Amino acid sequence: MGADLTILLPEIFLSLCAMAALIFAVYTTKDEVAPLLVWGTAAVFVALALWVALSGNVTRTAFGGMFVDDAFARFAKVTILLSAAAILVMSKDYMVKRDLLRFEYPVLIALAVVGMMIMVSAGDLMMLYMGLELQSLALYVVASLRRDSVKSTEAGLKYFVLGALSSGLLLYGASLTYGFAGTTSFAGIISVATDGNISVGLLFGLVFLTAGLAFKVSAAPFHMWTPDVYEGSPTPVTAFFATAPKVAAMALFARVVHDAFGGVVGDWQQILAFLAVISMFLGAIAAIGQRDIKRLMAYSSIAHMGFALVGLSAGTAQGVEAMLIYMAIYVTMNVGTFAFILTMEQDGRHITDIGGLNMLSAREPAKALAMLVLFFSLAGVPPLLGFFGKYGVLLAAVDAGLGWLAVAGAIASVIGAFYYLRIVFFMYFGDPEARGTDVAVAPVQGAFLIASAAVMVLGIINLFGVEALAASAAIALVN
Amino acid sequence: MDTLLQDYLPILVFLGLAIGLGLVLILAAAVVAVRNPDPEKVSAYECGFNAFDDARMKFDVRFYLVSILFIIFDLEVAFLFPWAVVFGDMSMAAFWSMMVFLAILTIGFAYEWKKGALEWE
Repeated sequence: MGADLTILLPEIFLSLCAMAALIFAVYTTKDEVAPLLVWGTAAVFVALALWVALSGNVTRTAFGGMFVDDAFARFAKVTILLSAAAILVMSKDYMVKRDLLRFEYPVLIALAVVGMMIMVSAGDLMMLYMGLELQSLALYVVASLRRDSVKSTEAGLKYFVLGALSSGLLLYGASLTYGFAGTTSFAGIISVATDGNISVGLLFGLVFLTAGLAFKVSAAPFHMWTPDVYEGSPTPVTAFFATAPKVAAMALFARVVHDAFGGVVGDWQQILAFLAVISMFLGAIAAIGQRDIKRLMAYSSIAHMGFALVGLSAGTAQGVEAMLIYMAIYVTMNVGTFAFILTMEQDGRHITDIGGLNMLSAREPAKALAMLVLFFSLAGVPPLLGFFGKYGVLLAAVDAGLGWLAVAGAIASVIGAFYYLRIVFFMYFGDPEARGTDVAVAPVQGAFLIASAAVMVLGIINLFGVEALAASAAIALVN
Repeated sequence: MDTLLQDYLPILVFLGLAIGLGLVLILAAAVVAVRNPDPEKVSAYECGFNAFDDARMKFDVRFYLVSILFIIFDLEVAFLFPWAVVFGDMSMAAFWSMMVFLAILTIGFAYEWKKGALEWE
């Protein structure tokens, strides 16, 4: 028992911090301590990321295999913690300015992160569901943080209803899996579904589990909540939705298909390949008509999830490694892009129309250049880092014998490049008469934007060992 | 086969009793009771709302809070029952797990109380 709890220490510590912060804030000055709590929570995230990263390269399990702490979980946890810290820090100014900052916000984000950490370490269907719900319930609440706005409450409600539906599908799949495998532990399920032999009931369980998880990663055709929730939520919350929860859900997806159904790769490979193709094309085509940058980023995230799923559908350690690197790059790009979106305003009012980017290069050349780099990277234009992310997942698909999937990915990437390049066109050759976004003084957001763009350029030369970490994470998962 | 059916005899007896008692009570109400019907009396009772009305109406969000709180503590009791039944021979881990669970619920309750969500006016 004591040894089990030691393995869960980071999660326990974060939960205790969140509860202590909640009680402290509500019994003292309430919202006045909120900025302090935001900084404190971000600091705790960074400290925990260091703790998790430096806790050695061993695989440990707790509570009879329900909780797995391996290189894969650690890679995902560090990505989640660091991106959540970045989003918290850069959202503070925005929220203070618009009187949105409640002390519950950092507490809810911390609880959502606890849920994500449990998700990526799940070794059992029950643990999977516990983590997923802890994350989702906290996110439903932050989506409707702006209680007096119809759009924000609508976003929260839509997210809740569709999230509940997806949880229902997931639970139905989990119960079928339990019924036909006789166990909820991943280790037990994989010993029942071996060498491509899977009973029909277990196959149904796998399909429903996959559908539920596809909802959570917002892969088409289960994507319909994404644009509305992204548009309606306050922008810092949208930025959070686009980063950490996506990493967690994707890592959980990888864990379920490899840890529990690793013996029947052929059965889930076709499902994932289907999800990947639909997501890539839908994300690329549906975004073309969008004028709202938050909706556009929603479709962009759907397309990016499609590419990550290409890596996962390869069903190999190489594919998982490519997927992890892809997610790390995707999160870095999104942190930078949303750091800029947070500073878009006219006369102090936040705007999200892409017309606000008209001739940005004339007013803020440095920011426009950084955005150019980020959008090229999001589109996957060589030689930026986003290209190498896409190259990695497509290569993994080719090596696994899914050449057609790689071709589809390349075509979707070319279609998708259109809307990213259109924004770049607005920034550099737009209408000089149109009223653009005001020049905002935002040192924190500016720093994140520049840093993220710099990573996209410098990452080509050296990824600072991320590849090696992703490789050992993939081996820990697939073997 | 007979022994198998015998095991279910109590259920049969119970079913017979339940149906019989139910019939007696309904018939007794129909035969013996004094009746002075008026519109309020014969309408279905629906917790203070009109039973047949537009479902999309506004009502105080505090009703909702109280009902959520009720469900949470209801579930807490549902968890406590099996725990209490085997209290005599449980491990320290089981004991402290429940204590941690109760503590977390208390934190939520303290937050709600202090936040003023329970003040009716």
